[in-house]
Amino acid sequence: MKYYLLSVIQPSEGTPPSAEALAEIMRNVETFHDELRAAGAWVFAGGLHGPETATVLRPEDEDVLITDGPYAEGKEYLGGLCLIKAPDLDAALEWGRKATRATTLPIEVRPFLHPAED
Amino acid sequence: MTGAVDVETVFRAEYGRAVSVLVRFLGDIDLAEEAVQDAFATALRNWPQTGVPPSPAGWIITTARNRAIDRLRRESSRDARHAEAARLFAPDTPAEEGPVRDDRLRLIFTCCHPALSLQARVALTLRLLGGLSTARIARAFLVPEPTLAQRLVRAKAKIRDAGIPYRVPRDADLPDRLGGVLAVVYLIFNEGYTGSADLCTEAVRLGRLLAELMPDEPEVTGLLALMLLVESRRPARVGEGGEPVPLPEQDRTRWDRDLIGEGQELVRRCLRRGRPGPYQIQAAINAVHSDAATARATDWSQILRLYDHLMALAPSPVVALNRAVAVAEVRGPGEALDLVDALDLDGYHVFHAVRADLLRRLGRRVEAVKAYETALAHADGTAERVFLERRLGELVGGPQV
Repeated sequence: MKYYLLSVIQPSEGTPPSAEALAEIMRNVETFHDELRAAGAWVFAGGLHGPETATVLRPEDEDVLITDGPYAEGKEYLGGLCLIKAPDLDAALEWGRKATRATTLPIEVRPFLHPAED
Repeated sequence: MTGAVDVETVFRAEYGRAVSVLVRFLGDIDLAEEAVQDAFATALRNWPQTGVPPSPAGWIITTARNRAIDRLRRESSRDARHAEAARLFAPDTPAEEGPVRDDRLRLIFTCCHPALSLQARVALTLRLLGGLSTARIARAFLVPEPTLAQRLVRAKAKIRDAGIPYRVPRDADLPDRLGGVLAVVYLIFNEGYTGSADLCTEAVRLGRLLAELMPDEPEVTGLLALMLLVESRRPARVGEGGEPVPLPEQDRTRWDRDLIGEGQELVRRCLRRGRPGPYQIQAAINAVHSDAATARATDWSQILRLYDHLMALAPSPVVALNRAVAVAEVRGPGEALDLVDALDLDGYHVFHAVRADLLRRLGRRVEAVKAYETALAHADGTAERVFLERRLGELVGGPQV
């Protein structure tokens, strides 16, 4: 078993979906999470506040420097993430397929360095 | 030395099979390649003295396996990954459960996985299944060898790290994934068509392998038939100066009758299954051309019907352009020109060459010259330029342009 990170790629610009559309997306994402749990693939998932809420820390000599804002401004940002357990990339991509349908956004799938238990 | 020649023959024929078996044993592509290369090096040393063993492929696989086990045992104390493989793999690994599948089929689905870049899929397939050296693949694709080597290293690392599985996809995913495999084989063939001929040979070999391993997939048979029929015209399609000779002007006595016979038989066999697809229909179109003893005798209405079918199954501007060529033969160049002018293919030199030819046949000489010039401006290969310049020269009444 391996751990995979599914990242939700959120565009910074463009019109956000209507309240109605958003409600449907949330319902679909909830269904997706239920499916993950039922299949034993669930580890963790959640949406993130926007990049304007981010704070960056970096080492500076002996000190740590704290600054406001995201590390890098981009046309996209990490909108949310989902950590899953899957036997191989095909299985992970199958979950990714469901995630991109549910969120209506691009999903990036990346493997973790270390294998998952069982 | 005959020994060396025999090793080379066995290598070409059996490298892919040996690697695919070893990948399953070892769970790692690099280890498998190393083991198989070791075994071939041993063969090169021993066979001249001992003679070629009765089952050369079996000998290579067994030797590679034993080498790999020895190495894993030696190195298992140092490396966790090797230790894992050594523990999993006892010398008498039982046969896999489930339906028996050739390991090469797993390997080609891994090499052609959609999570890899198209370039990587092509390089991996030629390297691991075809046994082509990195240098040779690099030459065929006109990329520097270190670039290609790097591409292979990255692709193999992604297969390992991202966990791309080593198996034939389940039935639900098979049509999609098989389409991806066929696309890679056809891309290799097309690269060879305009460039290095041994890519065509390799693509046909892969096509034969797939057709043997998946006899119930009509598109697999269709692709093989298509490649054989196109390949049958190789001796006739290049002129003395290396310029392409278009189909109507080819010396049909130089076509390879054996390849045509085999291709046509395959077309009949796959179409009988009643599950037509783009490769089968393109093969059928080529079979109709192969049937005609002269260009004039070509059954263009049959070809047009096949293009209509192809447009329904897999419409694209390039298919529409080819269909227009058939329309010109059946209903005249005027109707064809209307179809061509509606296409958005401005950057494609063949589009302008087809337009130019239709305009010439309609007697619209000035426009035809202009279209040939545009085609020339977009053509990249020297051979194609020579052909277009000749056409243009014929039209303006002299070689000076």
